[in-house]
Amino acid sequence: MTIRTLIPAILLLLLALVPFGAQGLQVLLTLALAKGIAVMGITVLLRSGQVSFGHALFFAIAAYGGAFTLMLMPGADLIVVFLLGLFAAVLSGVLVGLFVARYRFIFFAMLNLAFSMIFWSILEKFYHYTGGADGMRLPRPTVFWIEMERGTYELFMFYFALVLAIGLGWFSMRWLESPAGQLFRTLKTNETRLQYLGMSPQRVMMNGYVLSAMLCGTGGILMGLVQGVVTPEYAYWIRSGEMVFIAVLGGAGSVPGALVGAAIYEIVRTYASAFAGDVWQMVLGTFLLIIILFAPGGIAGIYNSLMDRIAGKKEDGE
Amino acid sequence: MTHLLETKGLEIRFGGVVAADNISLQIDAGKNLAIIGPNGAGKTTFLNICTGWLKPSKGKVYFEGRDVTPLSPRQITRRGVARAFQIPQLFTEHTALENLLIAAAARDQLRNPIRALKDTRQRDEMMHLLDMISCTDVAHRQVDELSEGQRKLIDIAVALALKPKLLLMDEPTSGVASSEKFGVMEILVKALAEAKVTAVFVEHDMGIVEKYADEVAVWNMGKIEMRGSPAEVLEHPDVIRDVIGEVV
Repeated sequence: MTIRTLIPAILLLLLALVPFGAQGLQVLLTLALAKGIAVMGITVLLRSGQVSFGHALFFAIAAYGGAFTLMLMPGADLIVVFLLGLFAAVLSGVLVGLFVARYRFIFFAMLNLAFSMIFWSILEKFYHYTGGADGMRLPRPTVFWIEMERGTYELFMFYFALVLAIGLGWFSMRWLESPAGQLFRTLKTNETRLQYLGMSPQRVMMNGYVLSAMLCGTGGILMGLVQGVVTPEYAYWIRSGEMVFIAVLGGAGSVPGALVGAAIYEIVRTYASAFAGDVWQMVLGTFLLIIILFAPGGIAGIYNSLMDRIAGKKEDGE
Repeated sequence: MTHLLETKGLEIRFGGVVAADNISLQIDAGKNLAIIGPNGAGKTTFLNICTGWLKPSKGKVYFEGRDVTPLSPRQITRRGVARAFQIPQLFTEHTALENLLIAAAARDQLRNPIRALKDTRQRDEMMHLLDMISCTDVAHRQVDELSEGQRKLIDIAVALALKPKLLLMDEPTSGVASSEKFGVMEILVKALAEAKVTAVFVEHDMGIVEKYADEVAVWNMGKIEMRGSPAEVLEHPDVIRDVIGEVV
């Protein structure tokens, strides 16, 4: 095991021990993991050179899918709620993807934004169904048909989010290296050649788009289940912007960076808003400016260059 | 007898410019055809029509006897027509080997979402292809770091990775240093023969045409002016005057 893999392994171990050593951070990190999974969706898209300012749509659809499941099937188990919420996100990913997969760059970004804002308006205006700005509650579901106390449920959700983050992170990284993922990455450099390989760029885009919707949906349903309430703010453009912000912070295109970025973002946001209530956005903005100006590779870039330097020194020493 | 590629009465205009004027041509398997002609004669337009990039206002394109005129470049590629470009069309963030592996993945419709592209069973086949074009030493280098000649060869290898029946190449030696041109063509023709691919290539270098083409077609003002063996065509006074540009 090299130092490059040892450090993430230690971090993961420390994260897994949080409920035993730093319980106060448990819920915060569960939310960060949920957000990190959603940001992975943005990260996947960024590999094709596209950015979406509307992926909160899938985040919200999954969460509302879960809320409706619990409303229509009171007492439904967590796994049912989770899977139905996810199904709603994937289905909407396919439907929206059919429209947006042919567009690129600013048109792609803005069309996604438009879809998310339409959904946000529906959530706000259809008060009798969605609860309007007050949102919908997600009563605590049973976990494998076992009723849990709040503390046990939150502990379970922490580990559930952690396992999902590791599993989906691993899958996303493998997918990006797979033939399908590599074809997806070629959208960034040469769509003409892609067509002359007998491939449809739209179909290639659809594959990645649905994966990104699925990841955002996973983050959304997790967030809803942890917070116990879902509001239209889940679909608002600021939420989408926040995801892009975290993706850039973590390292555009880096899957582990999405998780680390989300953790840092949540911690900075929480403590900055607690200790500097009026200026916490400014703190975050300054943080992003520093990253863009001095470390465009984000946290993942800083980590990689540090590891390269260590590896270089080691080689020199040998 | 069914021709590999056949065009009948192709016509296309760009404003007042006639880029294809009643182009009828047959290409048979195993015979490499060179297309020559002055700039703006409609040579690239012809390749663009044959691959579905442009749609003719009149006429048809048949590949192995089937009408492919309404098909997209993607569909025509799937039928066995590959294309190499005057400016190499490569995936610049990938290495030479990865470019070929992506082509192989597209050809074989690889769908395994877990197995890495570099570990696919097509790897040996693509390394052999790189060997055929004498580029194994640059297999792991990003293509935008390569010389123009190497990029041209990789572009052609990407097309060959699709295992096409017909390869259409637009000026395969343009941008290649004069000293490298014959070397590039030598490698290329050998690779085409090994892969049993028929080639149609647009070319301005008459030395290359004379040495490597089985047949030559002369384009001028969107029309085929003449067709025959290299010896017949290149010594014709009209060709010498209009295409080669020497005073007869």
